[in-house]
Amino acid sequence: MLSYYLRLAVGSLRRNKTVTALMIAAIGLGIGACMTMLTVLHVMSADPIPGSSAMLFHPQVEPRDAESAGKDAEPPDQLAWSDAMNLLREGRPGQQAAMSAGRVVLHAPGGERSASFVDTRFTTPGFFSLFDVPFLDGHGWSDDDEEKRARVVVLGQHLAERLFGNAKEAVGRSVRLGDADFRVIGVIRRWQPVPLFYDIGRGAYAQTEDIFMPLHTAVDLHIRNAGSVICWGDNATLDRDSMATSNECVWLQLWVRLDTPAQVEAYRHFLVNYSREQKALGRFTLAPNVRLRNVTEWLEYNRVVPGGVQLQALLAVGFLLVCMVNTVALMLVKFTRRSAELSVRRAMGARKLDVFMQLLVEAAIVGVSGGAIGLALAHAGLWIVRQQPSDYASFARMDVPMLLSSVALAVAASLAAAVFPAWRTCRLPPALAIKIQ
Amino acid sequence: MHPIIKALKHHKTAAVLLTLEIALTLAIVANALLVIGDRLGSMTVTTGLPDAELVWVKVSGTDPGISATEWEARTRADLAALRGIPGVESVANVNSVPLSPTGYTQLCLYLKPGSTDRLCNVALYAGSPGYVATLGLHVVRGRNFTDGDHGRFDLFAVDPGAPPPVIVSRSMAARLWPGEDPLGKPVYFDKDGIRASRVVGVSGHLLNPVLAGDPAKDDLNLLMPVLDVHDGRFVLRVRPGTVDRVVATLPRVLAASDDRLVINKVQPLAETVHDYFRDDRALVWLLLGVIASLLALTGFGIFGLTGFWVQERVRVIGIRRALGATRTDIRTYFQLENLAIVTGGAALGAIMAWSLNLWLMLRYELPRLPLLPVAGGVLLVYAIGQLAVLQPSLRACRVSPLAAVRQA
Repeated sequence: MLSYYLRLAVGSLRRNKTVTALMIAAIGLGIGACMTMLTVLHVMSADPIPGSSAMLFHPQVEPRDAESAGKDAEPPDQLAWSDAMNLLREGRPGQQAAMSAGRVVLHAPGGERSASFVDTRFTTPGFFSLFDVPFLDGHGWSDDDEEKRARVVVLGQHLAERLFGNAKEAVGRSVRLGDADFRVIGVIRRWQPVPLFYDIGRGAYAQTEDIFMPLHTAVDLHIRNAGSVICWGDNATLDRDSMATSNECVWLQLWVRLDTPAQVEAYRHFLVNYSREQKALGRFTLAPNVRLRNVTEWLEYNRVVPGGVQLQALLAVGFLLVCMVNTVALMLVKFTRRSAELSVRRAMGARKLDVFMQLLVEAAIVGVSGGAIGLALAHAGLWIVRQQPSDYASFARMDVPMLLSSVALAVAASLAAAVFPAWRTCRLPPALAIKIQ
Repeated sequence: MHPIIKALKHHKTAAVLLTLEIALTLAIVANALLVIGDRLGSMTVTTGLPDAELVWVKVSGTDPGISATEWEARTRADLAALRGIPGVESVANVNSVPLSPTGYTQLCLYLKPGSTDRLCNVALYAGSPGYVATLGLHVVRGRNFTDGDHGRFDLFAVDPGAPPPVIVSRSMAARLWPGEDPLGKPVYFDKDGIRASRVVGVSGHLLNPVLAGDPAKDDLNLLMPVLDVHDGRFVLRVRPGTVDRVVATLPRVLAASDDRLVINKVQPLAETVHDYFRDDRALVWLLLGVIASLLALTGFGIFGLTGFWVQERVRVIGIRRALGATRTDIRTYFQLENLAIVTGGAALGAIMAWSLNLWLMLRYELPRLPLLPVAGGVLLVYAIGQLAVLQPSLRACRVSPLAAVRQA
């Protein structure tokens, strides 16, 4: 039966080439525009660390006084040195890491001339296990290394290859960073959470760093911070070095892993108690104001997906809607014109449902062809998006689920567009249509 | 009821669908036009500087440990080397340039010691001797800085020293001292009025390194003469037409002068301005593409439907022709029919456009939709409607009166 419908449908579509082409083009255009924008949105709002995004939490406390906090109901996004250290000490050993963005001068083995800046993550030992960072070779540093301000680093695969030719040969070698020599103790595989959730301040779609260095070592060597540093109070009297350990500057991110709701509650209490304690000590002046957001909530709070992109996706959906209305009108016309032929089929015993199905098969063919055109258009559209300089652009690629959903959307759209016209047409009483002739 | 409207009742569903399509198209087109106008408006800003004659280069020292005196000496040597490049007229060291966020510093200015009366988000343009002239900035009132004004002052150092005199932008003078003479007025960099300075001049329009999206705030800035800008950038004023050559030779000259520098970026200011609006430009092109596709789509829809209606009504047209209707009458009929449908669609579409805009205003901080984009959209749908109906209506008027008696 289906093959008969297919033959009928192809015949009918070929009889009316202009209208068929118009319908296919409309569906294709709509799908192309829609899938381009939805793919961009899908990439931008992806889960950066699947499986853990609901368990990794970003604590915030309010260290400012009333005047500096002003009307800001939210505590600062980052932590001051002493708060980060206190929370680490009393928090969840092995399930937490404090970190900040830095930049070091890398002296390549070639000599002074080839010095370059490399983005670096200053962090504590828990970083690698907390975020499941895959190691290619070697390992991270220990609590002892951190404590002793050891001059050790973990390199990204790309940088290790650039420096030593083969990433496997990097461990045990030495690199000169700034004024100090560091020993390479580990190399990590390519690792790129999108969005880069752990330090939104660097840009949500920034690349992961190439060097990972113990936080205490970095502070000890006065290596400049490259992330956002926000100070308040009488900060005009601070020089750049004392900002690092000042109580009135926030520049560190802290992430902790909390597996159960009970742990989350306990940690929230811990933050409130800590704030109270600090207030009793005279460091904090405001009533405890803490936040504990997981990765998903943190990305949402920071509005990582720009409004403009959401707006464009909305526009694309509107566009698809117009394409569908257009297709409904064209199908209605097309089906109505064939009332005579369909009436003959009805008169010869075809049920309403048979006619309805036949028309839907015709619509599905339009949908599949439109979907194919739409996919081609979406690929072209994504290529154009990738040519843009925006930092998320390079991630704009279609994955298999998006590919399948475009075809599904195309068929669904054309079937949805066909339902009303097909229903109208198959309702015609057979005799009437023949009589009109 | 007019016969055209009455006749539309015979293909109610198709007419309603067409009206709906036109309305949706108009709603989207009007809001897209609004966004385009908004972005184009923000792109018309001028920096206030001769963009085509300025090149900047951002460098970083690779040895953070050196003393301020050594750093200054090296900077002076770099400046001299840059000055020697053919085509370069003058060179200075500045913290930032318009529309380039790196090195952007904002401050709060206090008007009276001990008072909370302050103006914040004021952009600071600090520079080494001669930087006002190098930037090509005009001092419209008062005087420019003299070499003696340039002192060793770092706002963020432990002991910053006495602040030098400052030049304020015209709009800031108007904002701080409306109707008064700004020259000689004191400004304070802290609440207690410890670090005080006074205004010696007023500059013309100068755009901030970062725009706040509010034209009234985008040129609130302050010029401050210093000896050396720590972690700043060099800005070069070049003879017109020599920008590309200077950009090409610059890295070699700097490397020869100072081998412990890393050049982060060399860029003509005109390119910086162009880059700043790249996203806006991309959005404008995208929206223009969407508008064109939507109109084309709607046009094809009208074309397809009207073509069908003409075929369907061949006999009726024949009868009208046989009863004396001219070809023009037939053509006008289809054109008027389209006009009626588009009018319905435009009315519905205008309502939808404003409702959509209201919703977008709440969610995405879009401006209110004025009449103009809607009117523009309405004109566009009328035009596309008449264009699409032209061929079918010409076909209709060629139907012979004989069709009335012919078997269908």
